[in-house]
Amino acid sequence: MVMSTQPRWLAMFLGAGLFATSMGALAEWGLNLPPPVTPIAAEILDLHNLIMLICLIIFIVVFSFMFYSVYAHRKSKGFKAAQFHESTTVEIVWTIIPFLILVGMAIPSTATLIRMEDTTDADLTVKITGYQWKWGYEYMGQDVSFFSNLATPADQILNRTSKGEHYLLEVDKPVVLPTNQKVRFLLTASDVIHSWWVPKLGVKKDAIPGYINETWTYISEPGVYRGQCTELCGKDHGFMPIVVEAKSPEDFAAWLAEQKQAQAADAEPVADALDKDELLARGADVYQNCVACHGTEGKGVPGIFPAIHGSEVVNGPVEQHLDVVMNGKPGTAMHPFKNQLSDLDIAAVITYQRNSLGNENGDVVQPSQVHALR
Amino acid sequence: MATADAAHQEHHHPSGLMRWVFTTNHKDIGTLYLVFALTMFFIGGAMAMIIRAELFVPGLQVVNPHLFNQMTTMHALVMVFGAIMPGFVGFANWMVPMMIGAPDMALPRLNNWSFWILPFAFTLLLSGLFTAGGGPAAGWTLYAPLSTQGGMSVDMTIFSVHMLGMSSVLGAINIIVTIFNMRAPEMSLMRMPLFVWTWLITAFLLVAVMPVLAGAVTMLLTDRHFGTAFFDPAGGGDPVLFQHIFWFFGHPEVYIMILPAFGIISEIIPTFSRKPLFGYSSMVLATSAIAFLSFIVWAHHMFTVGMPLTGELFFMYSTMLIAVPTGVKVFNWVSTMWRGSMSFETPMLFAVAVVFLFTLGGLSGLMLAITPADFQYHDTYFVVAHFHYVLFSGSAMAMMGGAYYWLPKWTGHMYDEKLGQLHFWLTAIFFNITFFPQHFLGLAGMPRRIPDYALQFTEFNVISSIGAFGLGLSQILFVYVVFKCVRGGEKATDEVWEEPRGLEWTLPSPPPYHTFETPPQNIPSRT
Repeated sequence: MVMSTQPRWLAMFLGAGLFATSMGALAEWGLNLPPPVTPIAAEILDLHNLIMLICLIIFIVVFSFMFYSVYAHRKSKGFKAAQFHESTTVEIVWTIIPFLILVGMAIPSTATLIRMEDTTDADLTVKITGYQWKWGYEYMGQDVSFFSNLATPADQILNRTSKGEHYLLEVDKPVVLPTNQKVRFLLTASDVIHSWWVPKLGVKKDAIPGYINETWTYISEPGVYRGQCTELCGKDHGFMPIVVEAKSPEDFAAWLAEQKQAQAADAEPVADALDKDELLARGADVYQNCVACHGTEGKGVPGIFPAIHGSEVVNGPVEQHLDVVMNGKPGTAMHPFKNQLSDLDIAAVITYQRNSLGNENGDVVQPSQVHALR
Repeated sequence: MATADAAHQEHHHPSGLMRWVFTTNHKDIGTLYLVFALTMFFIGGAMAMIIRAELFVPGLQVVNPHLFNQMTTMHALVMVFGAIMPGFVGFANWMVPMMIGAPDMALPRLNNWSFWILPFAFTLLLSGLFTAGGGPAAGWTLYAPLSTQGGMSVDMTIFSVHMLGMSSVLGAINIIVTIFNMRAPEMSLMRMPLFVWTWLITAFLLVAVMPVLAGAVTMLLTDRHFGTAFFDPAGGGDPVLFQHIFWFFGHPEVYIMILPAFGIISEIIPTFSRKPLFGYSSMVLATSAIAFLSFIVWAHHMFTVGMPLTGELFFMYSTMLIAVPTGVKVFNWVSTMWRGSMSFETPMLFAVAVVFLFTLGGLSGLMLAITPADFQYHDTYFVVAHFHYVLFSGSAMAMMGGAYYWLPKWTGHMYDEKLGQLHFWLTAIFFNITFFPQHFLGLAGMPRRIPDYALQFTEFNVISSIGAFGLGLSQILFVYVVFKCVRGGEKATDEVWEEPRGLEWTLPSPPPYHTFETPPQNIPSRT
């Protein structure tokens, strides 16, 4: 591929067709697996290049025969057909040779696979939980856990504003990992199957409800590495990216200490002095966690996601409403928000739902009511 | 005899629509299957156009994410169960009796029923799109627990899959019984054309695995409505169990969709090389080996679910082994061409393209078998590119080649050679523009089944969409060529091509309604 001429050719050819896209990212043209930052990803890349080279050679050899024949053995050139139609010898030869090539491929593949599956002697364990449609991270034994949501604004997705550099590959809170340490991941999911993939790390593993899967990584350079969910998990499967921020062990330790402090502070009960307007304003922001299913206007998706507007839960007793929001509904995309949102945020979003989106109950829920149910 | 035949036909055959509803004739039913498959090919194709329109540029423009998921799910279900499988059954109905010297299929009423289940099954499946919550959106694999979440269209899909399974199993039983019992006395198994052999093996695969799929979706149904928890961990069930059962069906299904294609091109290549098929016995053996291996490789679709290391190694090695018999087939086709006297009418163009492009897809399949590398490829556009190379440029293009090859026999008219070749070149070129760049997209990190993507994937998606629109439009030309050929054209001779082998070419073009009422004789050896 001649890299320099193609973007120009493309730009000429498409011209107006690309009106909506940001032209800034048009230079990438990735043709192969991205540059690896872990030993395993490097091994996979080498293996991939080796296997592809072997396949390419086989392809070229076999089809040079075919295309030579297509060129030379034509009726229009007066070529007379030979009538041979079997040979046990050649059949045996072209059974054995491919078999030996396969054995040659299997040896390095087996070696790499054994290393990939060795999750022992980890320095740090991070539990990753897939939700519809976000990721939860928990640093095991460190009292640090948080959720990581898509940070790309809806206006960019719906083409109302131009798209940013990391469109769809940016999150509100990246998972931070230390470099030069073996990090073990434990993966599970709360609703349906998800899959956690960061190409530059060479890590992809399914997060399955009821299972705890294991894998590991060892990042050699600090940096930001992006990936996506790779198992169809429903409506917003395409909108739950992964961002890994790799820091030096010292920076990581500092970050972890800071998180511990902040999360301990968050766990303290909040005073109830908030008035209804403050709760409603905060609730409107928190409601962004609900729009993926229930919609910006609370209308839901008929037959799949229930509406907030006119809902029996929202217009019924507060206790029932709190129960659904905090504990979720097993078997559906409604997962327990008590794990994700603070007392204040839950109080705010319930107050918001009960007094907007077409509902007018007039009541106010305070953080203490939420805290009492934890 | 001739007058008795004519009287026989007049008495028993209603005309007009009722002829097609009540027909038990293998040629009529073959035509019904082929027309049905072509219709589904366009319905599934229209869904592909919606998918590619949405993916043309980043951002959401055409559909919302939920509808996008319905389109990918339905596109696959319609193409797999509506276009490719019935298409091959259509070829089997037309050709198997004529190739083995039988007057008809062994079980003609069952044959009628096998076909007429299909329109009802697809009405049920497609009408799911118009229910509350829309059509099924969990992918054609219907993975639990995502599929337990869907609306009532998932139940309609489940019942539709039951009906499709019934249709396929009955059709397969009919083909097996026909081949075992209806051959002309001289037609020993090792004198059968390779197309008949590949269909015999395919039919056994169908009987073996369609009930497994029916079992999987029935468990899904009871999980959804009757309080069981086969796939629900909260009730002690196992979501991965669904994948094991599904792919135990799903991998043989892959060969169900490709073996008859191998059969078709094994008929076409010798004819236009003017040379017998090279290695007939090894072709039969290789086909059987592929069918056997297809039962022990299923978990290569699931390397990322967290299997034990030994499990991963077993499925990696067994999958790699498939390359051996598949390689044998490719080498045999190339050797058949070698030192032949080739000409390149439309069927041959398609056959050569199938050998070339299917092998490309086969080699990317070998890459996917390498477990460590599969962790990077799995569920990306690399996989999408791979299976379209085997399913479109393998199965679908083999059927197009087969249609051009036998249309003169079926209709008694030659098709328009110029337009046929134009259709071939448009299809082959646009196919590659559509799917070749998807290899790069997958390697660069684009997951499959996403309605919108990051900016670095833009260029190849634009190219792929343009190719897809071209590929879709080119197929309208195919319909025109077929239609034109059915309506008229240069009269075809009985042999149609130059000294082709096979009993079908000893019959008139078009063949009379009933053929081989007395078994043919002097059937030549193939080995």
